[in-house]
Amino acid sequence: MKIKIRETEDGLVIKLSGELDHHAAKGALKEIADAADEFVPTICILDMSQVTFMDSSGIAVVLGLYRKMSEVGGRVVVKDTPPGVMKIFRIAGLERIVTFS
Amino acid sequence: MNIYKRHPVNEMKLEFTGRSINEGFARAAVAGFAAQLDPTLDELNDIKTAVSEAVTNCIVHAYPESIGVVHIKCRIFEGGLIEITIRDRGIGIEDVRMARKPMFTTGNDDRAGMGFTIMESFMDKLYVRSKVGTGTTVRMLKKIAQKGSVRSDK
Ligand SMILES: Nc1ncnc2c1ncn2[C@@H]1O[C@H](COP(=O)(O)OP(=O)(O)O)[C@@H](O)[C@H]1O
Ligand SMILES: [Mg+2]
Repeated sequence: MKIKIRETEDGLVIKLSGELDHHAAKGALKEIADAADEFVPTICILDMSQVTFMDSSGIAVVLGLYRKMSEVGGRVVVKDTPPGVMKIFRIAGLERIVTFS
Repeated sequence: MNIYKRHPVNEMKLEFTGRSINEGFARAAVAGFAAQLDPTLDELNDIKTAVSEAVTNCIVHAYPESIGVVHIKCRIFEGGLIEITIRDRGIGIEDVRMARKPMFTTGNDDRAGMGFTIMESFMDKLYVRSKVGTGTTVRMLKKIAQKGSVRSDK
């Protein structure tokens, strides 16, 4: 799993590429939390377009970011989620918590 | 779906160290074996996800303070039925009915408690047998719609 972080006009973009399982999530959770602490963005955009596989570990990654952003009144947008990945988010009812675009 | 009266057409067994790096290996290996049933990409992804959930549970929950061994057995039956059994000799589950409920977890913030729910919804059948101090066996079945015929020759 690769993680790329960049600041844009729309918000802090975190782009994940590869397979997001429990093994990858351990590092991703920390890296994403560190980025949120460093930049304190009002909007955080999680770009999922290059995620080729995800299991329930990905739910915790999004929820972790959501909690982090809520602390400072920020928002999370999950972008370009592939259908296979969306299936997991849907089961967890994440659409009620974060915005998907 | 009583498969005990049937003979498997094909079978494989796998045993590996419960390190998280092996989660990707485990689901790729099972997907590779399942590929002979000519599943759709969606079906293959369902199988990979279910395997990933069960194997992660062995690594995270069954052996919390150590690195144990994870066993996988896959069997294919006539008509395109695949059976995947994932077993550990870890701490076991006290209340399986409770553990299978959505969002139930004994883990930390990094667990969503959705593993069993996903296995159940991505596979046709899920059986969980567990004994505290002895270990857990998860057995999953999925029928892959057959386009052609599966060859049972050598
Ligand atoms: N192989 C196992 N060994 C011991 N406990 C397990 C095992 N698999 C699942 N469990 C228990 O069942 C609970 C629910 O599992 P699951 O639905 O996968 O959610 P999660 O892994 O996110 O906690 C776990 O928190 C754990 O308490
Ligand atoms: Mg789990």
